[in-house]
Amino acid sequence: MAHGPAQGIRRWLYTTNHKDIGTLYLWFSFAMFLLGGVFALVIRAELFEPGMQIVEPEFFNQMTTMHGLVMVFGAVMPAFVGLANWMVPLMIGAPDMALPRMNNWSFWILPFAFAMLSSTLFMDGGAPNFGWTFYAPLSTTYAPPSVTFFIFAVHIMGASSIMGAINIIATIVNLRAPGMSYMKMPLFVWTWLITAFLLIAVMPVLAAVVTMMLFDIHFGTSFFNAAGGGDPVMFQHIFWFFGHPEVYIMILPAFGVVSAIIPTFARKSLFGYSSMVYATAAIAFLSFVVWAHHMFTVGMPLAGEMAFMYMTMLIAVPTGVKVFNWVATMFKGSMTFETPMLFSVAFVILFTIGGFSGLMLAIAPADFQYHDTYFVVAHFHYVLVPGAIFSITAGVYYWLPKWCGNMYNETLGKVHFWTAFIGLNVTFFPMHFAGLSGMPRRIPDYNMMFADWNMISTVGAFLFGAAQILFLFNVIATIRSKRPASDEVWDRPEGLEWTLPSPAPYHTFTKPPPLS
Amino acid sequence: MSDRARSVFRRLCLGLFVASFAAQSFAAEVERWGLNMTEGVTSVSRNIHSLHMNILWWCVAIGVVVFGVMFYSMLVHRKSKGAKAANFHESTLLEVVWTIIPFIILGIMAVPATATLIEIYDSEEADIEVLITGYQWKWKYDYIGQELSFFSLLSTPKDEIYNRSEKNPNYLLEVDEPLVIPVDKKVRFLVTANDVIHSWWVPDLAVKKDAIPGYVNAAWTKVDKPGIYRGQCAELCGKDHGFMPIVVKAVEQQEYDAWLAERRAASAKLKALSEQTFSFDELYAQGQQVYEQLCAACHQANGEGVPPMFPAIKDSPVATGAMDKHLDMVINGSPSNPTMAAFGPQLSELDIAAVVTYQRNAFGNNMGDQLQPIDVLKAKQ
Repeated sequence: MAHGPAQGIRRWLYTTNHKDIGTLYLWFSFAMFLLGGVFALVIRAELFEPGMQIVEPEFFNQMTTMHGLVMVFGAVMPAFVGLANWMVPLMIGAPDMALPRMNNWSFWILPFAFAMLSSTLFMDGGAPNFGWTFYAPLSTTYAPPSVTFFIFAVHIMGASSIMGAINIIATIVNLRAPGMSYMKMPLFVWTWLITAFLLIAVMPVLAAVVTMMLFDIHFGTSFFNAAGGGDPVMFQHIFWFFGHPEVYIMILPAFGVVSAIIPTFARKSLFGYSSMVYATAAIAFLSFVVWAHHMFTVGMPLAGEMAFMYMTMLIAVPTGVKVFNWVATMFKGSMTFETPMLFSVAFVILFTIGGFSGLMLAIAPADFQYHDTYFVVAHFHYVLVPGAIFSITAGVYYWLPKWCGNMYNETLGKVHFWTAFIGLNVTFFPMHFAGLSGMPRRIPDYNMMFADWNMISTVGAFLFGAAQILFLFNVIATIRSKRPASDEVWDRPEGLEWTLPSPAPYHTFTKPPPLS
Repeated sequence: MSDRARSVFRRLCLGLFVASFAAQSFAAEVERWGLNMTEGVTSVSRNIHSLHMNILWWCVAIGVVVFGVMFYSMLVHRKSKGAKAANFHESTLLEVVWTIIPFIILGIMAVPATATLIEIYDSEEADIEVLITGYQWKWKYDYIGQELSFFSLLSTPKDEIYNRSEKNPNYLLEVDEPLVIPVDKKVRFLVTANDVIHSWWVPDLAVKKDAIPGYVNAAWTKVDKPGIYRGQCAELCGKDHGFMPIVVKAVEQQEYDAWLAERRAASAKLKALSEQTFSFDELYAQGQQVYEQLCAACHQANGEGVPPMFPAIKDSPVATGAMDKHLDMVINGSPSNPTMAAFGPQLSELDIAAVVTYQRNAFGNNMGDQLQPIDVLKAKQ
């Protein structure tokens, strides 16, 4: 019954194995992470000092747009789907994902979507240049011709995400080992279950909004064209109805990863498991009723402004509960600080800082000063980089020995961590100050009063970029090393994945594991 | 470059030195480094600043407690110090407590935030009304009921932007003609846009309002200190989003009245020019100015454009074709490419005549013909 994988390229093209597909997702997302990182470095290089030096404003706008799109849809989301593919079946004692062929398809359409998106850089008129939020009418009536390719690429990415989400839900609902009730599932499984429902709810909304753009551009409709009786603000409502839950799609699985790692290295069970589950669900629910806090300056009525302000402030409560629970898990533990733990601790601290600036942004009157400045850029990079990226990195270090059977080099891991940690803070912390002193986002050039902060940010960005090369090197060295990891890898970690041999065999849990 | 890096390093060292030895100069350092939000010059901006400081200190306090516990356990509860893991992993009481406390803090924050929001939204009973229209990439100010309107464009020379000459202190934050308003008067801004979405933002006034085509948003200010206040467009609006600053000049009432009278007279004079006839050289020189100020952003200073979005003027079928078609393009914009805006309402008759003349004779187009303001006036009617 058990047989090995096919050989050569066919193994990867035809695979329906959750581990292979997880690996594909992870490598693909890392490639996109580097590509999006190169775009970011072009931006930072131009902003190193006042004046136009390296690129023209037109190309600068293409870089900010492509950086955002590639990082959100190409790096963070596929990385989490990759982790889900690898870990959800192992964590719930399932033999594979519930829908293996669809799994293959949902991965393999992604490279095409991103090849198409990247190809727009070489088209007449250039790549999309209207920001990753692509507000109409800049993205419709005034867009470069390549916008049509952008729309098609977004459709494919959306289809991929929806299929991935359906697969994860089907797996979790149907393939849990006997005895694993919902409230016994590891938190990573819970957060992904909730995330998958968010994806199914909002990716069609994204598809709808880009389809409306397509119609405005090619078929003479006027959804977003005021001159034709349409409404540019409606675009923003629809976009952010997708966009805000999207933010949580990128962070809820991160909560799950960190909730697996911190207990292992504190040698103490996760504090407040059930309140963690409820808090995740509460955050997911609230994410549907706060979208217009991205639009405080569009001129909403006072009542709308207030409602969205209160709802947004409310999100701080369940988010706070999560942070308090992680701290309580660490409290009175017996902690060691291996690389996954370092990334997780940094996650808790820096994500909380991003949460603080989020709370500040929730105060609508104050938002009139923060909105569309570098303060916002600092805020969402603090939640996304140490939030999503650090948790993914932590997860890779944590599970890599299980995946490939070899232990990574701890010293190199720590060097990677500290380089990334310092680079990240040097890059993004000064952006708070640049924003507060009045620097708008998405500008290719600026007055000298913002020069010092920008120069520091740029230096940090290149340091952070270098840290990722270390990461790549470390992962490859681990895979090729001859330092076998034990089956448990860590000091008595919780979870079914650690009951398997290292590396995990190609087929696992073909018989459901007995649960104690 | 290395000079700048050295100066950053010096200031960093100096900053640390000063911070560690002289706490009283902390405020000055904050100011010099651009660390914080401006307090601004209106009651709204001061209220917002205090909301901002308020929530910031709450965050700092929460951070001290949470990170304090965290760092304490990271230092004390480590395996290397012989810490044994405790067994607890649940406490309903704790969960309830740390749900309720943030709730109360948020309630405390919501009250002043709501009050300020209500103040910001009360734009009624204004003394002066100004209609602000965002264009790619400039602002237009209409003093409603005063028969005065003008455009406000970036005045920083290209040489400074492309590092061919030294940057002046107001680099990218200077315009040819600022918005002038009187102090201690409630000024209502009606904000809209002509093409894409822009956002009118002046930090010292704490006014940031999106300028959206098809919408007219209201905002207001009451400046209590004469001065020059600078801001920028805050919503990505295309290529030159970073190059459409806002300058507001707040002056005493008498000065404002004098400015208004003078500015109106200048407009009337400009209008009268549309009846006059100009020589080719006059038109060409004026046209070159207009071209460099407005057209060059897309069509480039050398007239070669950036096809396909921004076609060339050089050898273009429009600029070397029939005069009336060319004039129509400038006045009404392009029917197929919305990036080519309608300049009829934006420019005086003289400026249109001049720029058309210039385009037909510059860049080697050498059509040899010219256009008078009176022809433009006729075409507009």
